[in-house]
Amino acid sequence: MNKTTTVDDIVGELRSGMTIGIGGWGSRRKPMALIRALCRSDLHDLTIVAYGGPDVGLLCATGKVAKVVCGFVTLDSIALDPHWRAARQHGNVEVMEVDEGMFFQGLQAAAWRVPFLPTRAGLGSDVLTINPDLRLVRSPYGADSPYCADPADADVDLVAMPALHLDAALVHTNRADTAGNGQILSPDAFFDPLFLGAADRRFLTTERIVENGKLTDEGPISTVVIHRLMTDGVAETPGGAHFTANPPDYGRDESFQKEYAASAGDPVEWETFAQRYLFVTEDEYQAHVAERRTP
Amino acid sequence: MSDQSAPSEPPCSRAESCVIACADAWRNAGEVMASPFGNIPSLGARLAKVTFAPDLVLTDGEAALMIGAPPLTTRPDALVREAAMPYRSVFDVVWSGRRHIMMMASQIDRDGNQNISAIGPHAHPKVQLVGVRGAPGNSVNHPTSYWVPDHTVRTFVEHVDVVSGVGYARAAAAGAGATRFHDVRRVVSNLGVFDFATPDHTMRLHSFHPGTTVDDIVNATGFALTIPDDVAETRLPTPEELELLRTVLDPGSLRDREVKS
Repeated sequence: MNKTTTVDDIVGELRSGMTIGIGGWGSRRKPMALIRALCRSDLHDLTIVAYGGPDVGLLCATGKVAKVVCGFVTLDSIALDPHWRAARQHGNVEVMEVDEGMFFQGLQAAAWRVPFLPTRAGLGSDVLTINPDLRLVRSPYGADSPYCADPADADVDLVAMPALHLDAALVHTNRADTAGNGQILSPDAFFDPLFLGAADRRFLTTERIVENGKLTDEGPISTVVIHRLMTDGVAETPGGAHFTANPPDYGRDESFQKEYAASAGDPVEWETFAQRYLFVTEDEYQAHVAERRTP
Repeated sequence: MSDQSAPSEPPCSRAESCVIACADAWRNAGEVMASPFGNIPSLGARLAKVTFAPDLVLTDGEAALMIGAPPLTTRPDALVREAAMPYRSVFDVVWSGRRHIMMMASQIDRDGNQNISAIGPHAHPKVQLVGVRGAPGNSVNHPTSYWVPDHTVRTFVEHVDVVSGVGYARAAAAGAGATRFHDVRRVVSNLGVFDFATPDHTMRLHSFHPGTTVDDIVNATGFALTIPDDVAETRLPTPEELELLRTVLDPGSLRDREVKS
């Protein structure tokens, strides 16, 4: 089976109002070519589920987002995405803010097709008050049960983290093959396999597509952490994670990220940024980035 | 010649006292992951590791455990790594309890609740902060300490706006699931060290840094702090610790940029 497709065709499969999971973490290996295409699209009222970085900031700044499910939104080298800060302070977006580990368990529950997973994370915190629909679950293993390993956990109340079901997941990898297997050559796969597992429609973008069976020429089999049972389409987008970090192919473009962050401060600067880097084709975007590097 | 009646100049900078106070948080920690946030806690963890806490496990800040306690500014390609530690595995460590984190706090309160989510009501924040991150889960799963580089009535508050890291009273109210592994150890600020060794687990002054006074701390704290009768100064660094800190771990003095003397 050949799953190769294009960024535009992937965006064409998405609909307004969908819940979309985005892989990566903070300002690291985000599927930015897809994010840019989403910013240019007519889509609106999306729910974005992410370990948030500039993906969340850009989609909020372009008015695509109704709700964000996250534990944070950071640019790593800049503590907080100022576009996210602006969206929150202006009250433009709803947020389901949860602990990072609860978030992990929500994806895992969706991927395992169970309605929730229990966790201590969230107990006692305002995560339970700012999300009043979250519920606790009591351990059914009381002190008299043969399965009660420790009396301290008899009848204990835990947070029932609900499954974070996704209509679609978008993930960027270093390499992928024509059949839809994905390879992550950087040291952390983050939660990308779980985003794919939690979603109905699963899309990869990648720096380079190779022939099926050739990923082991690029790195050991243990780096092919995404297999084709987890994907529906794969699009080649060199530089597709720019300006986020995507080692070993490239690091974060810190200078570009600063320009992005600074554009949150003033409508004129934002308009200039958006016209030059968002409302252009991906090829034009990459050309503008290259020009920016050569003084 | 100095005036005999003037207070004696501390033999180390304020930042160095803070590093020592952070390092001591990991004393007797054993083989656990130390996860420091901020340069001063990072220096504290490294100093502890090269002196009295050699079994501490430190990460490279990305996705691996690193060997030793290299200088803060070591280039990533010069670090020696011993094992993979991607974020997914970090949660395994968090939930196993084999970790002592020192997080920062935009606000901290008398009960040891921490806020890194938002200032003002969460639904309409006056100032959006980074988000609760892992604070709710960290604080109910393993020892947790906090670093506050700017101790004022705006950071040490009666009640934090959004409870991210869970303090003692909130954990107790949530029940055994929350209290079983809950252990908020200490708070280090630019003025002093604080713990919760009071009958109701509210914050107590543990020590004041050289160059500050108890009054300075009381005036900068937005709630009633327990002040023991015999409260002492934060201990001074040993000559060996000071040497390691100044010449090996932080020769460029990032510490003095985080906290001014």
